[in-house]
Amino acid sequence: MSGQSVGVVESQRAHFDQPLHLRSGGVLPAYDLVYETYGTLNAAKSNAILVCHALSGHHHVAGHYADQPDNIGWWDNIVGPGRPLDTDRFFIVGLNNLGGCHGSTGPSTLNPATGKPWGADFPIVAVNDWVHAQARLADRLGIDSWAAVMGGSLGGMQALRWSITFPQRVRNAIVIAAAPKLSAQNIAFNDVARQAILTDPDFHGGNYYEHNTRPVRGLRLARMLGHITYLSDDQMGEKFGRELRNSSFAFDFDVEFEVESYLRYQGDKFAGYFDANTYLLMTKALDYFDPSREDNGNLTATMARTRANFLIVSFATDWRFSPARSKEIVAALLANGRNVSYADINLNFGHDSFLMEDAHYHGVVGAFLRNIKP
Amino acid sequence: MTHTLGRPDFDLIAGWIEPGHRVLDLGCGDGTLLKHLIETRGVQGWGVEIDDANILAAIRNGINVIQGNLEKGLDEFADQAFDHVVLSRTLQTVRHTEGILREMLRVGREAVVSFPNFAYWKNLRSVLDGRMPVSEDLPYQWYDSPNVRFFTLLDFEDLCAQMGLIVRERHVLDEDGNLVDRTENRDVNFLGSLAVYRLTRAR
Repeated sequence: MSGQSVGVVESQRAHFDQPLHLRSGGVLPAYDLVYETYGTLNAAKSNAILVCHALSGHHHVAGHYADQPDNIGWWDNIVGPGRPLDTDRFFIVGLNNLGGCHGSTGPSTLNPATGKPWGADFPIVAVNDWVHAQARLADRLGIDSWAAVMGGSLGGMQALRWSITFPQRVRNAIVIAAAPKLSAQNIAFNDVARQAILTDPDFHGGNYYEHNTRPVRGLRLARMLGHITYLSDDQMGEKFGRELRNSSFAFDFDVEFEVESYLRYQGDKFAGYFDANTYLLMTKALDYFDPSREDNGNLTATMARTRANFLIVSFATDWRFSPARSKEIVAALLANGRNVSYADINLNFGHDSFLMEDAHYHGVVGAFLRNIKP
Repeated sequence: MTHTLGRPDFDLIAGWIEPGHRVLDLGCGDGTLLKHLIETRGVQGWGVEIDDANILAAIRNGINVIQGNLEKGLDEFADQAFDHVVLSRTLQTVRHTEGILREMLRVGREAVVSFPNFAYWKNLRSVLDGRMPVSEDLPYQWYDSPNVRFFTLLDFEDLCAQMGLIVRERHVLDEDGNLVDRTENRDVNFLGSLAVYRLTRAR
């Protein structure tokens, strides 16, 4: 791995008293955002990069905590001195979005009005709501405009939304493994995942906290399903094939194939720490995401509002948000004469490729960032 | 004679492009031509490249580059989005010759095409000597050449006529990058190593 890790990091918390009016019509009277920063904000406050997280991500993007050396940030391989998001040049900000379950205000945090967890009362949040909340964090940090806003998957959609909602505040946008809106198939997968959670008897209409239980079975199924869509068919074939855990068929319903074992492990692990209400909210944010809706579906008209320079990245084996979906964004930017580069990276890890360390992929992101003058 | 970046066709192409024009360079490599046009002519430029190493090099050069395969057309680009669409020393590497020429003039007002002329006398002599030509403008061995179409200046002009494309200007260079100063087409075809054309659709 080139470059170095940022090493020991600490998370911070910002409280906001100004009510946030949400796309759904709901209002959050006050809220907390937890975030982390790496590197040093320069005097002009012009070298800041916002890293937006995907469905299950959070504010702990890079480094590790002093008391938890094994708790390494989810995108550690791209952040640090000498890495593409070079902390010797840039000030990197990562946060946990509203509705999350890693410290920011969400369904599992206490609702001050009732003294109980928000649960089912937590309002539906949209990508644009996150962007507005993130803008308030930027105000708090004194950052007028980001050198770059970036992310993969749902994180890439936030970067795209930033460039549309706050064109003057985003100088560069890096949109990785994303799409301008979900397809029917994407929404269908999300709905099956939600149904798994909603029909779990332990869900209790979203207020499972009061019943001292969690819809672990539903969340586990949702994650197993999601996980299949993050990987490529080839990769699963190479990794597991039809390998059996034992040498012969058992003719029962226990774990037999290695791929079953892997998926169940991933499902159990995720269900052990993630909040089901947050999962529901994140998938709805994905489903609702469609900035072109404001322009009757005309993405070119929507992208006319942007001012940023763009780097769009897709992965050849990603079938969840395929290269064709990234090209829709590229085409809309080109039609407006925007500065845009597009790389289709040949990595074998499907949608999850965006988290992988690869010399060419990181080379492309690093080269784009090196040309940014803070 | 010295030429910009050692590429005599670059100077000719730059001469046809006006400040502020939108330029699309197909097969842009590391973006050298676009960088030159941006710096000297103040154009807005985008490139198309298929090769990973060139994508990385072009981004490093600060050039807008779109990864794509010219054989599959230019779907990402809208009709008449560019003033000039450049195909520099690349036409001979593209299998769908007519397709790419049509696409160039769909997305651009003018097409600028340069290619090595296989009828250049040194190339002909090479073949008469029993060897495939290797020269300044055809710098590959037969077994590692990216070229898939072998044609001459006269062949190209026949195709343009057949497709209803208008040749607005033509410059032909010898191997040293000097203009071939002849009027007879047959002479030009014999003495020219590299041809540079400016094409439009019939109006």
